[in-house]
Amino acid sequence: MTELPEHLRKRAEAARQKAAEQAPEGDAAPAAEAAPAADAAAPAAASDSKIPAHLLERSKAAKSKKAGGEAEASAGGGGTAVATAAATAVATAAPPPAATGPAGHTQRLLTVVRAGSIQDVKAAPQDKVHVWPHLLAVEFVAALLCLGFTTIFSIFYDAPLLELANVNQTPNPSKAPWYFLGLQELLTMFHPMVAGVTIPGMGIFLLILAPYIDRNPSNKPEDRKFAISVFTVQLMYWAVLVVIGSFFRGPGFNFVAPWDKGLFFEL
Amino acid sequence: MAKTMEPKSKTSERMAELTEKVQGSQAWNSIFRPGSIFRKGYSDSPRNRSYVIMNSVLYHLHPVKVKRHAVKVSYTLCLGGLSFFLFILLTITGIFLMFYYRPTAAQAWNDIYTLQTSITFGLLIRNMHRWGAHLMVLSVFLHMARVFYHGAYKPPREFNWVVGVILLTLTLLLSFTGYLLPWDQLALWAVTVGTNMMGYTPVFGDQVRFVLLSGKEIGTDTLLRWYVLHVLFVPFVTVIFLAIHFWRVRKDGGISGPL
Repeated sequence: MTELPEHLRKRAEAARQKAAEQAPEGDAAPAAEAAPAADAAAPAAASDSKIPAHLLERSKAAKSKKAGGEAEASAGGGGTAVATAAATAVATAAPPPAATGPAGHTQRLLTVVRAGSIQDVKAAPQDKVHVWPHLLAVEFVAALLCLGFTTIFSIFYDAPLLELANVNQTPNPSKAPWYFLGLQELLTMFHPMVAGVTIPGMGIFLLILAPYIDRNPSNKPEDRKFAISVFTVQLMYWAVLVVIGSFFRGPGFNFVAPWDKGLFFEL
Repeated sequence: MAKTMEPKSKTSERMAELTEKVQGSQAWNSIFRPGSIFRKGYSDSPRNRSYVIMNSVLYHLHPVKVKRHAVKVSYTLCLGGLSFFLFILLTITGIFLMFYYRPTAAQAWNDIYTLQTSITFGLLIRNMHRWGAHLMVLSVFLHMARVFYHGAYKPPREFNWVVGVILLTLTLLLSFTGYLLPWDQLALWAVTVGTNMMGYTPVFGDQVRFVLLSGKEIGTDTLLRWYVLHVLFVPFVTVIFLAIHFWRVRKDGGISGPL
């Protein structure tokens, strides 16, 4: 049972008393019952009601017919008329049992519940859209474009298939797949253990640790100048190495200019 | 033939009747869940928009609603989704290639050559598999860069970033193991360069190289090993990490907020 604020309870009590004085014939009691009953018991007092006159007549007649039979029953229900009756009285200042308020409104306040006692409002509502059609349509178009691009590209450009593998004939230059060409480029500068294991291993390790190293909670670019600079420098560093390894390395993995000696690169 | 001569309304009536019969059948209703749009039809309303997701397998991937900025193409550039799409495309084209390929040094190159020259769509599918693979490496890289620049790896998404780095490594492994399979000069020597590099692992470099090559020298055993890694082992591990990755995206509150 929810508790009623003190001032509302007092007001309700006062209203109930007043009602008991005004309607000694037991008109207040039906309010304790279900709302439909109260609706049916149209207000006799409200002359400015929005309910058509002939309906009022009819309901009045019905009520007077009913009143005789149900008088005792409703009188006994007085004890159960707790919050609803009280709240009704609060809402419709006077006369309480009447279904219409001062301005002829037909709704009633049934109860007053403090915020947070039933519903727990956690966060402000977010601006959301339905996944169908908004997201799925975008995804579908993106997938279709990707499929289209791959298909058309595959029609015009064939995947390389060189001659059969021959362990005794080393091509010059022999290159790793393009994404490892940065590492192969490092091989020209460092000992193979450093270039092939230590540097890429450290790279992956640092990448995994990135969210634990970067403790800055902001995701705004202006607050993350250092992180963004470091990452961009790394990206550029790898991109440049891959480009050099791919396009600027010829026979013997020596430096060549692609516009001079042509490309030594297969995807 | 007489049926076609009958008025149009009769035909549409019959169609409607048939539709109703099919949609009322037990088989149909056993396939589509209550509330599925294939069961009760679709008219555009907020409730039906929710049902499209809620009563289909898509509910495993997407919530019913997402933040408005999450559907902006300019925010994600679809890179994560496209990586996944390329993974599916590579699986499909890869299964096609498996029908015509035997991973032995004596047969591998010939199988690829035959596939290209005498099998319908063989060349096209092989091209798609190869270009798709390069594209996937690229899109996974770009996806990582996008996530970094948006600071999307910050709490509560740190662990999903870790899963993402693992997926990046797995993508490279997938691509690299596939590189050997055509068994041409390009494949052989690219892999020789790659495995030689890994042979310099401190302390147990020789053992690493031995495990990778399935022997002292690159040969037919290497081909079988890399084939199994490429078509079974690495995809299997990748799918598990993909599932964790997608699950965490939703559990961590959808994609990260706007800048």
